[in-house]
Amino acid sequence: MEMEPVKLTAKDFASGLPVKWCPGCGDFAILNMMQKVFAGMGLPHEKYAVISGIGCSSRFPYYVNTYGFHSIHGRAAAVASGVKLANPDLAVWVITGDGDGLSIGGNHMMHAIRRNIGLKIVLFNNRIYALTKGQASPTTQPGTKTKSTPAGSIDYPFNPARFAVGLDCTFVARGLDNDLPGTTAILERAAKHNGTTFVEIFQKCVPFSDKEFDPLKNPETREDVILRVEHGKPLVFGKNRDKGIVFKGFKPSVVSFEPGRVPAEVAVYDETNAEMAYLLSGFTQPELPVPFGVFLSTSKPSFEELYYGQVKDVAHTREHELEALLAGPDAWEVK
Amino acid sequence: MAEPGKNVNVSELNSVTVRFAGDSGDGIQLVGSQFANATAVAGNDLSTLPDYPAEIRAPAGTLAGVSGFQISFGDDSVLTPGNKPNVLVVMNPAALAVNLKSLDKGSVIIANSDAFAQASLAKAGYTSNPLEDGTLANYRVIGVPATKLTENTLKDSGLPPAQAQKCKNFYMLGIMFWMYGLPLGPTKEWIKTKFKKAPELAEANMKALEAGYDYAETTEIFDARFQLKKGPVAPGKYRNLTGNEAAAYALITAAKLLKKKLFYGSYPITPASEILHTLSKHRSSDVVVFQAEDEIAAMCSTVGAAFGGELAATGTSGPGLSLKIEAIGLGVITELPMVIIDVQRGGPSTGLPTKTEQSDLLQAVFGRHGECPLVVMAAASPADCFNTTLEAARIAVKYMTPVIVLSNSYLSNGSEPFRIPKLSELPKFEVAPLPAPADFKPYSRDPKTLARPWAWPGLKGYEHRIGGLEKADGSGAISYDPENHETMTRIRAEKIAGVAREIPPTRINGQAEGELLVLGWGSTYGAITSAVFEARKAGLQVSSVHLRHVWPLPPDLGALLKRFKKVLLPEENTGQLRLILRSEYLLEAIGLNKVQGQPLNSDEVLAKIKEVLGGR
Repeated sequence: MEMEPVKLTAKDFASGLPVKWCPGCGDFAILNMMQKVFAGMGLPHEKYAVISGIGCSSRFPYYVNTYGFHSIHGRAAAVASGVKLANPDLAVWVITGDGDGLSIGGNHMMHAIRRNIGLKIVLFNNRIYALTKGQASPTTQPGTKTKSTPAGSIDYPFNPARFAVGLDCTFVARGLDNDLPGTTAILERAAKHNGTTFVEIFQKCVPFSDKEFDPLKNPETREDVILRVEHGKPLVFGKNRDKGIVFKGFKPSVVSFEPGRVPAEVAVYDETNAEMAYLLSGFTQPELPVPFGVFLSTSKPSFEELYYGQVKDVAHTREHELEALLAGPDAWEVK
Repeated sequence: MAEPGKNVNVSELNSVTVRFAGDSGDGIQLVGSQFANATAVAGNDLSTLPDYPAEIRAPAGTLAGVSGFQISFGDDSVLTPGNKPNVLVVMNPAALAVNLKSLDKGSVIIANSDAFAQASLAKAGYTSNPLEDGTLANYRVIGVPATKLTENTLKDSGLPPAQAQKCKNFYMLGIMFWMYGLPLGPTKEWIKTKFKKAPELAEANMKALEAGYDYAETTEIFDARFQLKKGPVAPGKYRNLTGNEAAAYALITAAKLLKKKLFYGSYPITPASEILHTLSKHRSSDVVVFQAEDEIAAMCSTVGAAFGGELAATGTSGPGLSLKIEAIGLGVITELPMVIIDVQRGGPSTGLPTKTEQSDLLQAVFGRHGECPLVVMAAASPADCFNTTLEAARIAVKYMTPVIVLSNSYLSNGSEPFRIPKLSELPKFEVAPLPAPADFKPYSRDPKTLARPWAWPGLKGYEHRIGGLEKADGSGAISYDPENHETMTRIRAEKIAGVAREIPPTRINGQAEGELLVLGWGSTYGAITSAVFEARKAGLQVSSVHLRHVWPLPPDLGALLKRFKKVLLPEENTGQLRLILRSEYLLEAIGLNKVQGQPLNSDEVLAKIKEVLGGR
């Protein structure tokens, strides 16, 4: 696309419709970040198509001033694949949730990632079915009591980021709804990536999973339980930046050290290393800090590049050549 | 648009001619006579023609060494072994070279592809492999690696590979038995007797026979029993097309006429996959073919491409249509244009995947949740799949609606000469122009068609949001208003009902009133037309009407039906259109219903006509 970058602000991407999420919902913050990221891309409104499924997060397209499609439950990635293949010049964003994207829509998610089709997938993970009023979702943590699991959930949950890493997604990241700088930076990188991007955002649901991510957000304690991952930097965390991750064989563990004196054994993160991303994306409390940032960023041609590349030498049939096309090589004449 | 079969006299061929050909060492006479025997056991009338090579000891693999066995069989009196085979089974390249000239275009060639190696190709005078180089583009070629498959089947038999391979003739015979639903029993008995002294050979041949039968079943090889024989045809350029090919070319044509890309999102399913294959051959930046991960994704990507502003289509068969239904509903409420081709097969569930039926009509017309109207059309013959699909695309775009085209296994795999239309004969395709951006409302209506405007991503100033939630009339904003929902429900229904104005006056074959009207839709066209022709020749007062539009129905149909004392409605289901006619016109039609996975034939229709008319 060779055109002048368009100068727009986040406000230009507000649709003006009243936003109907519950007060305090993490979705508001994500909406603000996304509007800012859209404005920063230099693309005009009409070049965006924002496609969602069903769920609270999937209301998202109504609130951005772009082309939008609020489709059906689980199918956002499939609808978006049609949009992207029809017009590969569009920036096609997929907004989904843990139930929409990983339960009813798991198959489409998996295959979109497998193809590396140019969809920017943002999965709002609140670990609950919120729109249907509080049933266990595929990311609900074991033991959680919900309306459908009154004695505690016995389903083993998905780890969405690890799911995407396992599928060799070319861009996998995790953000947190209240971490505006960190998550905005992730979304900006996703916007510029070629191929499928998968961004999981931990998101608070006030009525049904209000306390879900509290330990990761409490300013007093959070730095001791989260790990902010940066490419090329040692995996260091802690309020005093005095803890680091060491891999012994394939087993990660935490070492402590004097602040500022990072031992050489602390792993330096390489976001192009899928094996490292697999180990990292599996980190969970209480043994290990919960990681945020870009876990994996690799490069391979996108599906649409491969498709249009494969057919670029195929001559187009123009309208006046239809007769020849229909006749094929073996037509005969009846007089 | 041409009416189905307007320029052709269609009469049904109730017999089929099969020719087995191979090297004289391939046991051709043996399998030919076994095949003949099995057709007789199955109750067919038949006639055979063995065709030995002139030189008994001609060198193997040469043209002079080709042996043949031809058989015609059917449910009528078959007086000759048939002039031209409908199906040619060849065991080697020489057999193909000798027999190809006697084949009509569109015939089926089943070849032992393992025998098409360089040395044997050269012996037959081929410089390249005709199975692969496009020589046979106008035939339906089924390549079976029969030598290897037979060897694999018999790897534990204790026979040396060279001897095991010799059982390949029975392997091919097994395939043919499956195609025509013939019993294996008599041939097995014959093998036992013949190889009484060599039980290991008897065992091997029976195993090969059964393995071939199973191979055909699992790979879903189609029969080629049912062909339409044509009378005099209109002048013009012709080519042979199957119904699936015709549908595929219609989609490409529609996109060209619209000056848009074609997007075809599909998931493999018998018997619709040929549409996917045909379009894949023509992939370009204008013909985007997407093999989706499942039927649901195929439909959803089609909806997405329609939103994206291109001509979007998908194809499937019954089970796939069931999976697509929810997303078709999304297409209805978002009022986007798309074509859904349903190549019906025997159901329910997996049912009879390779066999034909007309049993998805009610699913197509009514099978969605909510009040969810759309347009349903049906093709009458293989070549008519072109005209019907093209018209479906035109209506989809003009009315901004999904349109379902009903084909079936009989049409999709049957072929007939297709007259290639001239550009000037093709209908005009128009997309209604958009108002200025300031006046744009996503759910405003064209006053005549009630179609909403089609604005797609990339168009500046028309940014808008659509989705599956109910829309406010006009603005398209989400609306839970009770009155608005009823208004929108009625508008959607009225818009689809209005498609009736696109339907030309119904053409009556015969008198416009009288004792009996035979009404049909879809693939029964040949059988009905032929039966009515015979009945009239016999002095019976009978007319026929064939419907392309099954929803909405032609506006003149109700009055037309009332002009006949009786209406006979042959269908390959238990009476689905009959149910619709009863609800629409309070008409009690007489059903002729066959649900055997086999097409209705003209004799059955004729017999029913005679019965209804009291033997007159």
